[in-house]
Amino acid sequence: MPKSLLIISRQSPWSGPSAREALDIALAGGAFDLPLGMLFLDDGVLQLMPSQNASQLQQKDITANLQALSMFGVEDLFACGASLAERGLLPAELNVEALQVLRHQEIATLIDRYDQVITI
Amino acid sequence: MKFAIALYSPAHAPSSRRALQFAQAVLADGHEIVRLFFYQDGVHSASSNVVTPQDELDISAQWRAFVASNQLDGVVCIAAALRRGVLNEEEAERYSRPAANLAAPWDLSGLGQLHDAVQAADRLICFGGP
Repeated sequence: MPKSLLIISRQSPWSGPSAREALDIALAGGAFDLPLGMLFLDDGVLQLMPSQNASQLQQKDITANLQALSMFGVEDLFACGASLAERGLLPAELNVEALQVLRHQEIATLIDRYDQVITI
Repeated sequence: MKFAIALYSPAHAPSSRRALQFAQAVLADGHEIVRLFFYQDGVHSASSNVVTPQDELDISAQWRAFVASNQLDGVVCIAAALRRGVLNEEEAERYSRPAANLAAPWDLSGLGQLHDAVQAADRLICFGGP
């Protein structure tokens, strides 16, 4: 049985390469067919905001990569409900479908469920 | 116990020194390090161009010596390294850059090496993250 890995993405999409680099770990692992989950926490939930305009910042949009996660076999996607609420984001309007919104206690259980955890 | 160690911070960050001390303690206690994986700004911790004032610890030199003397598998993520200008001879030549600043004992390789280490290790320990 391969070990499961939870990737916790905590950085906003445009504060540097962290969001992309967390996503790259997920996409690389998906290509190897590994059991992966991805949790968006703290400013990481800003990656899920709809209608981002990356070109205004002369950046490459990562939305398409986020939406490609399920195609790469990364289907266990989670977001912290409190992080969303603190930033005024509604679960219904996010740019990634099939995302589970979790409460603090559920996040603790989630982290417990995975063999390894990496936080970026 | 088998450890995989990931580092995200440059040599001047306290977390790079802590990661090194942790790695030394792992071996001193008779455990195994399956791989060191330097990602994000951690690629700078492997740079051979870091110059530290004489009365300060040269962490990147210590990392180099530690990896070489214990014959560890020291991997620097190639995508993260290219983005930050940490290149070995081969990549410097490939992209026509004037200098290489990554040498043995470090290897440039892909994120597959991180996943491979995660699978091989009992514990993944990360340093320098948010």
